[in-house]
Amino acid sequence: MELMNSGKRQLLSKIASSDEHGENSPYFDGWKAYDNDPFHPTQNPHGVIQMGLAENQLPVDLIEEWIKKNPSASICTTEGLHAFKSTALYQDYHGLPEFRHAVAKLMAKSRGGRVSFDPDRIVMAGGGEMLMFCLADPGDGFLIPSPYYAAFDRDLGWRPRVRLLPVTCHSSNNFQITLEALEAAYQSARKANINVKGLILANPSNPLGTTLDTSTLRTLVTFINHKQIHLVCDEIYAATVFRGPSFLSVSEIIQEMECNRDLIHIVCSLSKDMGLPGFRVGIVYSYNDTVVNLGRKMSSFGLVSSQTQHLLASMLSDEEFVERFLSESARRLASRHDSFTKGLDQVGIKCLKSNAGLFCWMDLRHLLKEPTFEGEMGLWKVIISDVKLNVSPGSSFHCHEPGWFRVCFANMDDETVEVALRRIRVFVGKYKEVEVQVKKSWQRNLRLSFPTLMYDENMASSPRMMSPQSPLVRART
Amino acid sequence: MTIEIERPSVGLSKVAVSETHCEKSPYFAGWRAYDENPYDELCNPSGVIQMGLAENQVSLDLVEKYLQKPADNGSTTVGFRENALFQDYHGLQAFRKAMASFMEQIRGGRAKFDPDRVVITAGATAANELLTFILADPGDAMLIPTPYYPGFDRDLRWRTGANIVPVHCDSSNDFDITPEALEAAYREAESKNIKVRGMLITNPSNPLGITIKRSTLEDILDFVTRKNIHLVSDEIFSGSAFSSEDFVSVAEIVEARNYEDSERVHIVYSLSKDLGLPGFRVGTIYSYNDKVVTTARRMSSFTLISSQTQHLLALMLSDKSFTENYIKTNRQRLKKRYQKIIDGLKGVGIECLRGNAGLFCWMNLSSLLEKPTKEQELALWKLILHEVKINISPGSSCHCSEPGWFRVCFANMSEQTLEVALRRIHEFMDRRNNVKSFDVYSSDQLFSS
Repeated sequence: MELMNSGKRQLLSKIASSDEHGENSPYFDGWKAYDNDPFHPTQNPHGVIQMGLAENQLPVDLIEEWIKKNPSASICTTEGLHAFKSTALYQDYHGLPEFRHAVAKLMAKSRGGRVSFDPDRIVMAGGGEMLMFCLADPGDGFLIPSPYYAAFDRDLGWRPRVRLLPVTCHSSNNFQITLEALEAAYQSARKANINVKGLILANPSNPLGTTLDTSTLRTLVTFINHKQIHLVCDEIYAATVFRGPSFLSVSEIIQEMECNRDLIHIVCSLSKDMGLPGFRVGIVYSYNDTVVNLGRKMSSFGLVSSQTQHLLASMLSDEEFVERFLSESARRLASRHDSFTKGLDQVGIKCLKSNAGLFCWMDLRHLLKEPTFEGEMGLWKVIISDVKLNVSPGSSFHCHEPGWFRVCFANMDDETVEVALRRIRVFVGKYKEVEVQVKKSWQRNLRLSFPTLMYDENMASSPRMMSPQSPLVRART
Repeated sequence: MTIEIERPSVGLSKVAVSETHCEKSPYFAGWRAYDENPYDELCNPSGVIQMGLAENQVSLDLVEKYLQKPADNGSTTVGFRENALFQDYHGLQAFRKAMASFMEQIRGGRAKFDPDRVVITAGATAANELLTFILADPGDAMLIPTPYYPGFDRDLRWRTGANIVPVHCDSSNDFDITPEALEAAYREAESKNIKVRGMLITNPSNPLGITIKRSTLEDILDFVTRKNIHLVSDEIFSGSAFSSEDFVSVAEIVEARNYEDSERVHIVYSLSKDLGLPGFRVGTIYSYNDKVVTTARRMSSFTLISSQTQHLLALMLSDKSFTENYIKTNRQRLKKRYQKIIDGLKGVGIECLRGNAGLFCWMNLSSLLEKPTKEQELALWKLILHEVKINISPGSSCHCSEPGWFRVCFANMSEQTLEVALRRIHEFMDRRNNVKSFDVYSSDQLFSS
């Protein structure tokens, strides 16, 4: 038997060899800059500060306190050990019934109790990707209002190979989605012979931090009904609404409208609302029975650990805790949002008016050397390398207009925010001096500054990094 | 504004309407019968005993005992915040180190595993699907020796669009995988214009319950190298081999060859079988190919292990006094359980393939078939399900080419339940033999023999 090593490189699939994983986007470049030079208050005070990570660290202490008070929620404590065996063996893709019931309750509470959810429609999933496998064939298209969450390119486009069809939104009307824009995108896709299967959007919006109003939601539902295409609403930020107008979910709108409910699907998670991204709790809630059944089968590829289901079932069934958590989290987010945007405003930086999310959508158009994406990249590079701040450029969210940046503010403590603002003020000052000197080159006022940021050592590092070494202690959760 | 809706059927994807999720197979039908009438020692002693589920409950008490040990410090939430926020797809470093070390211990230190090559997934189900996405394009094929775990039909084919081409094995040589069978399968794929991208083996084998011989592994590695395709070795039952020496991992062969051509080799592992923790969804891919590691890691974003679970297992699996004792004791208990069922079956004239691993035995009931056909096998399976009230897995659901073989699981129940099952089988065989002998005296016609 001859052993012929052909000398050829090992070939991988087209999916493996493609760039659709999206990690070459600038969204991740900033993270890489942070990973290479992460800020630390004492060990690396001149490092890059992470403001590109939409994490909700504000209410984590409330959860820590609950866990301390409820040792039986863990299957590793003396109080909870009796449930260990049955939990460890439980791999049913329906998910623990008490877990589904608890999630349904949380979803209802996050929507002000104005709508109820059927626990039997709750499916564990890795988010929108799983829905795409159910709803669309490779090459089909999904409309998506831009700017949109950068990782949708990967979630929809990588393995499911669905084409994203941007529905352009403009700052002229605060990036609201219009019927004209929807129709234009739809017709353009049809002309290109693309089979449009649905519309996907995030409400509240990432990166805008805004919620959809009644009129827009009705327009969307009417539109998809008319075209008989699916509507996927990613409501992952539902409980981060910190100010009026209150959150209006698609689940509420369809109670008031005639609608083919087989078209309506909601994506939820505990990663943002509860600040538990590590626990990998993604939920698909569909009004379509076939999709629920299928999704459930597909969830075999990404079930939530039964240990985690068990803990969360207990926590989320504690209705008094959940209500207190939701209201306190919203209060802290409001306070954080206000102090940050006020600080920006004081140095002349405006943000899109928002009422939700863990970030603000910052307008730096007047600081661009030229009103182009090259100009945006140039400015962003300065922000990363000189100000040492990782923010996310609008182009990575497919924003139609250059000059917008998403800045996250909930993944740090108050002191860090103060330092951030201080760095901004210093930078503005320096920039103003430069501006005076190069007046002829600049057509508009440059007002850009970023304070140095301090980093609370208890804060988690970038998700791209290894977790900092922590002493190994017995797991109590 | 109201809209008139005619309610046409709304299009779903081709994946959605296909039946490649395979839940119509008898493998799952038996589960349904069990779900409707499950055996319980006290509450339902005449219910269906589940012997179609390859779960390991024999050593869970050791894990419970480990968890009962006093904590190292008093705090219950130290590290919680950091843990709850940790979503890095690299996985907790401590967890990867602990998994690599555990995998080394299972192989008696005969192979080394680099923690940086460990990619985490929510179970081996996800790992096998993920690897298929990476190694094969839609329409391409993976070769799999028969009989094989029925779940592969879904895991490798459903959402990926890949095909499976079987490598036929039979009882004439104890289902060993021969070079001739490998070549024949490859030629079959070629004749259908199907591009073969890799081969998937399960070692120890499910459903056979045997480890693959070293010489066979060498042949397989030579074959995949010659054809320039990948080799995925699902070693999910590696810790369930009755003795450590019996199990040879492909990792050992790779090291013996000085890692030559190793970039085509990938190992799948999980804690669902060896540690009896299927609910925790702990799977890993170990690849010798850097690009596969990087790509798999990115793709694992869709199927990460809960950080809470990673943390617990990082502690447990780095406790060498626990793991050494667990591995040793688990092997002993499984061997004892296997012996019990083999002896029990032998007592009524039922032979099994000589096994040395896993949570099941491969039982030969071909002599009970009227005719050696798949239909007869399924008829017998239904009879056993309804009359004997045990759910076992027919070989045809595992794509076995010889009718009459059945997989019988023995580790997902107490010893008492196993005894009840054996008693029922005894009674069934007694009834059959009595009927047969009665009829020989009363008629010339032969009943099934």
